[in-house]
Amino acid sequence: MSEKFSQPPPSPPPPPDPHWASGPSRGLILQEWGVWGFLLASAVITVLTTMGIVVVLGVESVRFFQVSGVSPFAFLFGTELEPESIPPKFGILPLIWGTAVIAVGSSLIALPIGLLSAIYLSEYAHKRVRAFLKPTLELLAGVPTIVYGYLAISLVTPALKAIFEPMGITVNTFNAMSACIVVGVMIIPMVSSLSEDVLSAVPRGLREAGYGLGATKFEVSTRIVLPAGLSGVVASFILAISRAIGETMAVVLAAGSQPSMSLNPLRSIETMTAYIVAVTSGENSAGTPKNLSLYAVGLALFFLTLILNILSGLVLRRYREAYQ
Amino acid sequence: MSTPATSSMYEPKRLGRRLAGPIFGALCLFATLIGVVVLAVLLGSVFALVTRYATSENWSSWLANVGGLSSYLGNLLSRLQSSDPESAGFRAGVFGSLWLLGMVTLFSIPVGVGAAVYLEEYAPAGRLKQLIQINIANLAGVPSIVYGILGLAFFVRAFGWEKVALGPTLWAGSLTLSLLILPTIVIATREALRTVPNSLRQAAVALGATRWQVIRDHVLPSSIPGILTGTILALSRAIGETAPLLMVEAAGSILRVPRGPGDRYTALPVEIYSYAKQPEAEFQTVAAGGILLLLALLLTMNSIAIVIRNRYGRGPRN
Repeated sequence: MSEKFSQPPPSPPPPPDPHWASGPSRGLILQEWGVWGFLLASAVITVLTTMGIVVVLGVESVRFFQVSGVSPFAFLFGTELEPESIPPKFGILPLIWGTAVIAVGSSLIALPIGLLSAIYLSEYAHKRVRAFLKPTLELLAGVPTIVYGYLAISLVTPALKAIFEPMGITVNTFNAMSACIVVGVMIIPMVSSLSEDVLSAVPRGLREAGYGLGATKFEVSTRIVLPAGLSGVVASFILAISRAIGETMAVVLAAGSQPSMSLNPLRSIETMTAYIVAVTSGENSAGTPKNLSLYAVGLALFFLTLILNILSGLVLRRYREAYQ
Repeated sequence: MSTPATSSMYEPKRLGRRLAGPIFGALCLFATLIGVVVLAVLLGSVFALVTRYATSENWSSWLANVGGLSSYLGNLLSRLQSSDPESAGFRAGVFGSLWLLGMVTLFSIPVGVGAAVYLEEYAPAGRLKQLIQINIANLAGVPSIVYGILGLAFFVRAFGWEKVALGPTLWAGSLTLSLLILPTIVIATREALRTVPNSLRQAAVALGATRWQVIRDHVLPSSIPGILTGTILALSRAIGETAPLLMVEAAGSILRVPRGPGDRYTALPVEIYSYAKQPEAEFQTVAAGGILLLLALLLTMNSIAIVIRNRYGRGPRN
């Protein structure tokens, strides 16, 4: 459609009727220009938002590095995070570690379950079953994250305690595993919904060819449909991991705020998002190194998720080029 | 592939192949059901937590439980935040969230729909359009807490420029949330605009309508169900968000209902968070009650979206 009218704003072709010969009235032309300006401005606001994010995070991060005297290298790879000590230490490797623990742990839950549900929905499910299950899974995606966080502390953590304490393993009130479980559940719908779209879009002819050669449904699903839609599945995996990295409330409530680089999932950890929340809710004024550090952590978080999102888009586009 | 062919490679292995299919199918069904079961268990446990506390009756008297639950939720709606779980409630948060909902609607719908109309109906194919498209796709994946940081530095503090800084007011909170859901609204609206057949536009243009007249009188009216559905879903996301509001300092104990857009405020999810992080079990019950209120609000909004989708039969299909 946009190719058909590519010059803004338009003027109707002059009809032969002398009544119309003067063209549209001045008011109409002004209205056209005004509307065009408003719509363009709206579209530009979205670009300004991105620029705003980059400028805010960039400028304040530079201020952080100047005020605190920490080098970007020491910031990213330092293993000690003690903003209250004198001199304060800002090494965010424990935060990156905590974020990675959540990302890996929730992926272990969400990726297999999400992929299997996607295969079920696209290959096995009857039309009516699908019409019921798909919206239900989407409902799971619409539950606010604070609800998941609440359930992690009121349901999952007590359950973990009941399971592990009799075995003599201590479970901290705030622990990584509880957060991993709820974040995993939270991102299942992302994986299943996007993967299912891609798997159902695999051309029917490929399946028919497999059945024609005598393959069973299992073989067609796993050796023909899945490899054909693999890039879409991988894209959904990357998006889900990016979402887990940016997840805040469930992690803040369930995983606590103790930066650590332990491998024990039953201990408390702190993620980048949890650190940002902890800094804002603490007593400190703007301009202090501790307060400014939230922008630097935010910048790292922004770039991490941005890279993953771009990567996912690239992987998905390769698939689209192959089949559409 | 380099291994030499042996006779065992050509055996049909019927039993294994016949068993693998149903086992795999059952596994897939099981995985799908996990999602459904988890949803049921989670919601059920929130209900159970509130009901257990709100009523002294045992579970067999079901009607009394429903009555007790609704009167408990009514009490939560009429009480303010408190350090005593007996008199704690969500009045300020509920009103704050409703204020936010109204203001976010006012800001985000014109801009989001406007950007989508520009991209679909006006923008010439080229660099600018491509830039805006890529930009919106990436914005949709930015974590909500990053929007919170943007709101904090830009709206609340304005880089320390006090004359234009909005402070921790409803203005700052609703502008932040509006930016957060803008990409979702743009994407949903573009999809709805694409379902409008081109012949409709051509017919209007042929009758001498200007481009804005075509859009205002024909394109928008016929795509409005899809736009509304997508927008309501985006707004319900904004209402459930907590992290960006914590960043723009909606937290703190606000003990009154906001009087206007320039007032300080708190929101329902923020209050749920501040109750949920208390160690006492009584506060956990209060938080569960708040979650029921929040879910009731979201359910109402989603049902409206579904009614619109079913009634007009357009909108995004599954």
